Amino acid sequence: MSQEEIFTKVVGILKPFVRAPDALAAVGPETSILGDLKVNSARLVDVVLEMEDAFGIAITDDEADSVRSVGDAVSIVLRKAA
Amino acid sequence: MNRVVVTGLGVLAPNAHGADAFAAALRAMKSGIRHHERLAQLGFACQVGGIPEGVDELQRRYLSEDELIAMNPNMVYAAIAALDAWEHAGLRRLCPDDEPDWGAGAILGTGIGGIDTIAEQLAPRVDAGKVGRLGSTMVERIMSSGNSARVAGLLGLGNQVSTNSSACTTGTEAVVEAFLRIREGRAERMIAGGSEGHSPYIWAGFDGMKVLARGRNDDPEGASRPMSAAASGFVPGSGAGVLLLESLDSARRRGARVLAEVIGGQVNCGGHRGGGSMTAPNPSGVRRCIRAAVEMAGIAPSRIGAINGHLTATFADPREVESWSAALELPPERMPWIQSTKSLIGHALGAAGGIECVAAVLELAGGFVHGSANCEDLHPALLPWAERIPHRTIDLPDLDVVAKAGFGFGDVNGCAIFRRFHE
Repeated sequence: MSQEEIFTKVVGILKPFVRAPDALAAVGPETSILGDLKVNSARLVDVVLEMEDAFGIAITDDEADSVRSVGDAVSIVLRKAA
Repeated sequence: MNRVVVTGLGVLAPNAHGADAFAAALRAMKSGIRHHERLAQLGFACQVGGIPEGVDELQRRYLSEDELIAMNPNMVYAAIAALDAWEHAGLRRLCPDDEPDWGAGAILGTGIGGIDTIAEQLAPRVDAGKVGRLGSTMVERIMSSGNSARVAGLLGLGNQVSTNSSACTTGTEAVVEAFLRIREGRAERMIAGGSEGHSPYIWAGFDGMKVLARGRNDDPEGASRPMSAAASGFVPGSGAGVLLLESLDSARRRGARVLAEVIGGQVNCGGHRGGGSMTAPNPSGVRRCIRAAVEMAGIAPSRIGAINGHLTATFADPREVESWSAALELPPERMPWIQSTKSLIGHALGAAGGIECVAAVLELAGGFVHGSANCEDLHPALLPWAERIPHRTIDLPDLDVVAKAGFGFGDVNGCAIFRRFHE
């Protein structure tokens, strides 16, 4: 799976939790999940669970805690799925 | 003490959604009871129930995907009814960046809460050792106060926000408690009522104790039979009913339309004495509750034009009517009209009082008393009151006072008195 495909899939996972839908139009690797997309911080748990299912990987709590931007999430997948 | 008025109504019932549609459904005596195949598959003796229709589509008009992820049907019903009541009262929804409305709160009850979510999602995953797969929304969906908490966020409420629970008295109790809070000047306006989801897990316990209707699975609309000689138990229902209660001063300041005034209310418990128990009412408790509400209202019992009873279709119906007569000290022939909204929508448990208080206010505002369905074969013990039980909807343009009561497991009672608004 290419980086671009992973990015698109991660954005798809985030979408239901996004409370600032306008920010999705300009979403990029630097987009902050909490700050820009206004995802409720508690929902990061659900995002991580869905990423594990979607990409067939296991994400540790420390790895999950390190995710700030969409690019951070994509990087974890790239590293784990490699 | 503040005068307290009703300025908005929200209702999601098995037979209608919205105040206008619900009023029309009551007038037409439209039943919301249907046969549910899943109950049959699971071996329920009672396979009929009342479930609001079209909610899958409806909820997306009211709630975002992010909000729906963390809600179960109980919470969704409460939210739709509360948002409707707010809008019906002509109030504006706050923006996310606004200051909370410190004068506005909610007492929004539920009888069973999120037990469907516990049974379908929490317990199986915990039992399978998958606690780590529960996600972040489980607590929000199973905490007892989930319904009022969600509504607080949707409306920006800054006053008391809590969920009460007193079995089938819940909704009426919420209205009485919110009324007292505004009366005392502790809040300007309150969302008040109750909500209840629907699920085999919510209804199974009642079926197991054999208090649900039997023998009418092939006749859903005839299955809910309060006051009937053939009553065999209640039909379970679900939904939400919410009143927007407000101080008269607040309503006047903003030029709000007043639908009715709350002039009295009381809640109490029979103490499981004098014939009362966990599952049966102490008649003295019932009578004291009604009397106290009427005394607070400061009206002669003969001024009451209609009683929207608890009347579920169990053995307790004749006892309830006897208690109304005794409490009001009126002989059967001089009693107000006595009706059961449950004959049309079933018994919505923690939502029943909220939905039925909405019905009472709609009847006052619209000048009618809806017919009590399915009791043409009146219970023999109720024959003395036969002329006071309407089988068809009656236009009553002069209807001035309606009394609403709810009673529940735990021997708990609640009674609210509504009057048409007079300056």
